Amino acid sequence: MTSELDIFVGNTTLIDEDMYRLWLDGYLVTNAVALRVRSGILEQMGSTAAVLQSDTMDRYRTFHMLERLLHAPPKLLHQLIFQILPSRQALLIERYYAFDEAFVREVLGKKLSKGTKKDLDDISTITGITLKSCRRQFDNFKRVFKVVEEMRGSLVDNIQQHFLLSDQLARDYAAIVFFANNRFETGKKKLQYLSFGDFAFSAELMIQNWTLGAVDSQMDDMHMDLDKEFLQDLKELKLLVADKDLLDLHKSLVCTALWGKLGVFSEMKANFKNLSRGLVNVATKLTHNKDVRDLFRRAVLPKSVFSVCPLPRWLPTPGPLGPLHGHPPWLPPAPLS
Amino acid sequence: MPGKLKVKIVAGRHLPVMDRASDLTDAFVEVKFGNTTFKTDVYLKSLNPQWNSEWFKFEVDDEDLQDEPLQITVLDHDTYSANDAIGKVYIDIDPLLYSEAATVISGWFPIYDTIHGIRGEINVVVKVDLFNDLNRFRQSSCGVKFFCTTSIPKCYRAVIIHGFVEELVVNEDPEYQWIDRIRTPRASNEARQRLISLMSGELQRKIGLKVLEMRGNAVVGYLQCFDLEGESGLVVRAIGTACTLDKLSSPAAFLPACNSPSKEMKEIPFNEDPNPNTHSSGPSTPLKNQTYSFSPSKSYSRQSSSSDTDLSLTPKTGMGSGSAGKEGGPFKALLRQQTQSALEQRGGSPHRFCRRREFPFFTLTAFPPGFLVHVGGVVSARSVKLLDRIHNPAFVGIMGNTRSYKLLDWNSFNSDEPETRDAWWAEIRQEIKSHAKALGCHAVVGYSESTSICEEVCILSASGTAAVLNPRFLQDGTVEGCLEQRLEENLPTRCGFCHIPYDELNMPFPAHLTYCYNCRKQKVPDVLFTTIDLPTDATVIGKGCLIQARLCRLKKKAQAEANATAISNLLPFMEYEVHTQLMNKLKLKGMNALFGLRIQITVGENMLMGLASATGVYLAALPTPGGIQIAGKTPNDGSYEQHISHMQKKINDTIAKNKELYEINPPEISEEIIGSPIPEPRQRSRLLRSQSESSDEVTELDLSHGKKDAFVLEIDDTDAMEDVHSLLTDVPPPSGFYSCNTEIMPGINNWTSEIQMFTSVRVIRLSSLNLTNQALNKNFNDLCENLLKSLYFKLRSMIPCCLCHVNFTVSLPEDELIQVTVTAVAITFDKNQALQTTKTHVEKSLQRASTDNEELLQFPLELCSDSLPSHPLPPAKEHLESASSNSGIPAAQRAVTVEKASPVGDGNFRNRSAPPCANSTVGVVKMTPLSFIPGAKITKYLGIINMFFIRETTSLREEGGVSGFLHAFIAEVFAMVRAHVAALGGNAVVSYIMKQCVFMENPNKNQAQCLINVSGDAVVFVRESDLEVVSTQQPTANCQSSCTEGEVTT
Repeated sequence: MTSELDIFVGNTTLIDEDMYRLWLDGYLVTNAVALRVRSGILEQMGSTAAVLQSDTMDRYRTFHMLERLLHAPPKLLHQLIFQILPSRQALLIERYYAFDEAFVREVLGKKLSKGTKKDLDDISTITGITLKSCRRQFDNFKRVFKVVEEMRGSLVDNIQQHFLLSDQLARDYAAIVFFANNRFETGKKKLQYLSFGDFAFSAELMIQNWTLGAVDSQMDDMHMDLDKEFLQDLKELKLLVADKDLLDLHKSLVCTALWGKLGVFSEMKANFKNLSRGLVNVATKLTHNKDVRDLFRRAVLPKSVFSVCPLPRWLPTPGPLGPLHGHPPWLPPAPLS
Repeated sequence: MPGKLKVKIVAGRHLPVMDRASDLTDAFVEVKFGNTTFKTDVYLKSLNPQWNSEWFKFEVDDEDLQDEPLQITVLDHDTYSANDAIGKVYIDIDPLLYSEAATVISGWFPIYDTIHGIRGEINVVVKVDLFNDLNRFRQSSCGVKFFCTTSIPKCYRAVIIHGFVEELVVNEDPEYQWIDRIRTPRASNEARQRLISLMSGELQRKIGLKVLEMRGNAVVGYLQCFDLEGESGLVVRAIGTACTLDKLSSPAAFLPACNSPSKEMKEIPFNEDPNPNTHSSGPSTPLKNQTYSFSPSKSYSRQSSSSDTDLSLTPKTGMGSGSAGKEGGPFKALLRQQTQSALEQRGGSPHRFCRRREFPFFTLTAFPPGFLVHVGGVVSARSVKLLDRIHNPAFVGIMGNTRSYKLLDWNSFNSDEPETRDAWWAEIRQEIKSHAKALGCHAVVGYSESTSICEEVCILSASGTAAVLNPRFLQDGTVEGCLEQRLEENLPTRCGFCHIPYDELNMPFPAHLTYCYNCRKQKVPDVLFTTIDLPTDATVIGKGCLIQARLCRLKKKAQAEANATAISNLLPFMEYEVHTQLMNKLKLKGMNALFGLRIQITVGENMLMGLASATGVYLAALPTPGGIQIAGKTPNDGSYEQHISHMQKKINDTIAKNKELYEINPPEISEEIIGSPIPEPRQRSRLLRSQSESSDEVTELDLSHGKKDAFVLEIDDTDAMEDVHSLLTDVPPPSGFYSCNTEIMPGINNWTSEIQMFTSVRVIRLSSLNLTNQALNKNFNDLCENLLKSLYFKLRSMIPCCLCHVNFTVSLPEDELIQVTVTAVAITFDKNQALQTTKTHVEKSLQRASTDNEELLQFPLELCSDSLPSHPLPPAKEHLESASSNSGIPAAQRAVTVEKASPVGDGNFRNRSAPPCANSTVGVVKMTPLSFIPGAKITKYLGIINMFFIRETTSLREEGGVSGFLHAFIAEVFAMVRAHVAALGGNAVVSYIMKQCVFMENPNKNQAQCLINVSGDAVVFVRESDLEVVSTQQPTANCQSSCTEGEVTT
C-alpha cells in the first residue's frame, strides 16, 4: 500500500512557522522529518512518523507553490489562490527575504553574477548553510538588485515598495545592493572581523552622502553609484595634512564635534594627526575604480591595533560630519604607518 | 423580452506573458451570452490592461438568463496568427434574478484555463434589469430562491414546507462526441464545462417552475449531482424541498416578529384557491398505535386564541385562505388524523400537484421547532442498473451501427433518455416510501440520493429517515396544529422525536422497546439510527463522536449483466456488515443513537467499498446501551478461554474509557418508577433496506440479532477475530479534538469564530495482486484512520477544536487505486468557559423564553418547554438537578444554533479573532460546510454557488506530480468560489459541499485530468459583537448597515 496522492487544502492557508523555517533553511523532506521527530512532536500529539512525513511533504508543496508569488511580494497580497491572513503574509515575505549573516559576509560586494552563483557550493561548505538556502538568498539579492537597479528615488523606499520588506530589512538590502553595485571588497582577511552590520551602516552613510543622489537633490536617481566628481574633489583634502593651521582647525572642529561621544576620545585626540593623515591618504586615492573597491581594506585598522575598542563603539552618531562635506570621520583611521 | 443584461469589463491584472519577445501581452476580451458576442479593444503591451469598456448590453429572455452562463474570454491579440486564449470566466447570473439577493456582480475574477489553471484576474461588473412579466405560462422561474442549506435558512421563516421536488436532464457528454478526436483537450474541456453549466441552469429553472406550481417561493436543501456515465451520456439531476419562505424583517430579532408581508412574497403567484383545508376535510384514519388520547379542554381553547397571534406572523396576502380555514375549527381533529389525512390526500386525491404528493420526502436535515414529531429509523434502497445503450431505443433503432451514432446531433436522440432515468429513480423512491410506511411513518426526512458508476454498471442509492411530521408546515395556515398537539399530549418535546411511530404490537421487525427514559410515558427503541441532524431540543448526555464503518469486498471482474448480478448479490452482505460494524462501534463508545448516517457504496472494477459515517450520541431518552460480549465456539480449550476473557476485558475497558472520554454519565434512574420496565439493553436494527437489480425483487434484511440478552460477538473463526481487533484499533482522536459529521457537536456550545474549512484527498495503490478481503479491509481502514490522524496533526494549532461535518467520499478510479476525499470544517471552541457559558446560556434561555412568551402572547416554541415550570415532568426535573452540567447542554446548544451567544462568549470572540489588518487587499471569504458561522449572524443570502471545473495537464511531472497538480487545482477552485462570493458582495459560503472530485491520471503519458463540482450558499454575515452594537443603536436600519459592515470586517 503506497500513497499515490496525499494533499490537504484549507480555505485559509495555514503557515507553520517552524516548518517554514526548515524549508527556508533548505532541509530536504527526510531531514526535516528527522528533525521534527527529534523535537518530540510525535509524543505530544500521539502521532506516527508517516503522519509527519505526509504533513511535511504537504507543507513543502504549499511553500513551493507560494515561492513563485514570493518572488514578487505585491503579487502575494493581490493573488486570490491562497487566502492568507495579512499578518501571515508579512511573515512569509519577511522570512523569505531574511538572510544569514555568514552568507551575506561571503557575497557582500561580489558581483551578483552567474560566476558567483557557481561558487555557492564553496560558500555552502564554508558557512554550513545548505546550498538550497544559499541559492535562495543569492537569488533574493539578485532579484532585488535587478528590480531597483534602474530606478529613481531612494533605494530603501524602492525596495520597500517592491518587496514589502520591513524597514530594517529594506535598509539591509539597500546596503547589499549598494555594495554589489560598487563591488567593494569585503572578503579580505583583514576585514573579517567586521560584521555585516558594520558594512551596512557604512553603506547607509555613503548612500546618504557620497552618491549622486545625495550630492544633488535634483538628481533623484542614482542612489547606487558614487559621485565621481566628489571622489575627484577629495584630492583637495591633502591640505588637511599639509597645512598645519588647517590641521589644527580640523582637529579642534572634530574634537568639538566628538567631545563626549567617543569612548576613546583621548586616544583619538592624541593620535589625531596620524589618524587624519591615514584617512586623507585613503580619500585622495579614490579616483580609480580599483581603489574604490579597495576602500574598506585600506581604511580599516587591523583588528590587533584597536583590539581594545572594536569598531562599532568607535562610531559616533552620524550627525556631526566634520567640517567638510562628505568627510567620513566615522571611518576608522588608516593604519599607523 | 423581459431582461437586459449589462456587462462592463474594467481591467485585468497579473496576466501571463503571451509574447515572449516583449514579455508582455496584447489582451482583449470577448463577452458572450447566448449567441451574442461583444469585444473590447485590444490593450497593447500590458500585463495589467485597463479596458474600461462601455456597457455591453444583451437583451434576452429570462429563460435564457436562467439557463445560460455569462462567458468572458480573455485573449491575446495576434496580428499574424490566430488569437491565443488566455482563459475564461463563467459567471452564473442567477443570483441577480432574485429580487432581494445581489443587485450587482462586481469584482476580480480569476481567469481560468483548463490546461494552465488560473492566469491572472479580470475585473467585471454585471447588472440585470428585469422587466416585470406576469405571464403565467412562462417557462422561466425567476425569483425562486435556491438554498443548498438543508435547514430553513437563518434569516427566513418557513411558512409552508411543500415537499419534494426533483428533476433530471440528460445529454451526451462532449468528451465522447466524435469531434473530441479532432479538437484540442482545451476545447473539449470547455465544451464540457459550458454544457454542464447550461444543463444545471436548465435544471434549476425546471425545478423552479415546479416550485411555482406548488405555490412555493424557494427550494431548500437543493442538491444537484452529475453522473458521468461515459458513452451513455451525462446526467444532471437535482432534488430539493420546496418551501414558502418569509424573510424575517429584522435579522437581529430572535423570534419572527414580522407582521407585514415582505416584499418578495408579493412576487410569487399566490394561490387564490388553495386546497380547502385538507386537514379538516380529509378522511380520518387514526393509526392503530394511538397510545394517547385527549379531549378538548379549556386550556386548549385558550391556546387557540394565542395561535391567532402566531398566524398573523404570516403574510396576510398569502395566507388568507389559511386563516379562513382556521375559523372552521379544524383543531378538533386529532393530530394523528391530521397528519394522516394530509398524507392520504397527498397520495390519493387526483390533484394537479400529484407529482409532489407522490413522494413525501424532505431533503432537510434540521427542522423548525415542532416540525418533527417522531422518527422511525433509517430507510434506504439501492438498485443496480446497466448503463446500456438499450435504454436508448431511439438511437439504436435509427442508427443500427454502433459507431456512427456519434455523428448525430446529440439533442435529437437523447430526448427520451430522461424518462429512463426518471423511471429508475421513481422505483427507488417508491421503495423508500414503502419502507417508511412499514415503519408507521408517512414521510422521509434527511433524504438524499447518490450514484456510483463503474464502466456500464451503476448503483443508484437513496436513503433517508422515516418520520412522522407535524402537518403545521405542510399545509396552508394550519399553524395551530402543532400547538394543540403539544398542549394536549403534554409531550416533553425533548424526547418526543425518539418515541416510536409504529405499532408496538405489529412491529415491522423484532425490536426491544422500553419506556422513554425522559417522560416515562411513551415507548422508545433501544437504538436509533437517523440521517438527520440532532434536533436542537434533544437531550444529549456527554459529547458525540464520529463513527465510521469501513468495508471492502472483492468481486470478480465481469461484463455487463454478469457484473450487475454479482454486485447485487454482494450488496446485502455489505449492508449487513456495515450495519453490524456501526452497531458494534456505537456500543463500544457507550452510545445509543446515530445521527447524520450516510452509507456510501462504491463500485469498482474488482471490488466494492462501503463507507458509513455517522455521529454517535447518547440520547437521554433512550436506554443505556448494553456492552459487547464475546463468545467462543470451543469453550473447552483453556488457553482459548483465557484469550477470550482477555479480549472481553479489553472491550469492557474500552467502553469504560470511551464513556469517560465522551463524558457519558447518565443519571442513575431509580427502578421503582411505576410502570416502567427494567431496561434490558438489546440490540435491534432500525434499518430497513433492500437491494434489487431491477427493483422487481425486494429483499428485506432482518438485521437484528434476535432476542439475545446482550450483544454477543461470536468468535468462531479468524474473520471474526479480525473484526474484533479492528473494533479495538480505532484510535480515539488526540485530546482536545472531537469530530462529528453533523452540523454541530452535541455537548460543545462555546464555539469561537475561528474556523478552517479544508479538503483533503488521498489515493493509495494496493500493492499485492492477490488481495484478500481482510488485507483489503485493513488497507482501507488504515487509509481512513491515517487520514484522520493527519488531519488532527495538521490542525493541532486549533486545539481545543472539533471537526464538524466530516464528509468522506470514496471512489475507485482504477483497478488498484482507492481515493478518499474528505471535506470538513475545524472549529475552535473555548474549553475553559464551557461550564460557565453553559450556565449563562441556561439562565439566558430561561430569561429569554419567559420574555418571549410574554411578548408573543404565549406562543410556546420548543424553547419555552424546558423552562416553563409547569412543563417539566419529574424525570426531566431529576435530570436538571442530578446532572446540572448535562441538563444545560441542550439549552446552551440551542443558544448556539440560534446564534445568540452570551456576553462572555462575545468577549471571547473578540480576543480570539485576529486583529483586522489594514493593508489587506483581498477580503477574507469564509467557507464552511455548515449552515451557520459561529459567532456571527447571517444577514443576507445572495444566491446559490454551483460551479463545475475541469483541469487537465500534459506536464504532470513539471507541475509537481499528481499531488502538486491536484493541490493547485483545489486551491484554484476555492479561489474561484471565493472570488464569485466576493463579487456578489458576500463574505462567506455556507453549506459548502464538494460534490464531485473525479481524478484520473496517466503517469506514463505525463497526463492527468480532474473534474470538480462544488456548491454552496453565498451569504453576508456580521460578527455578533458588531451586530449588537448596531442593533442597539439603530434597530431599523441595521440590515443595511450591518451588510456593509460585514463586507469590511474580518
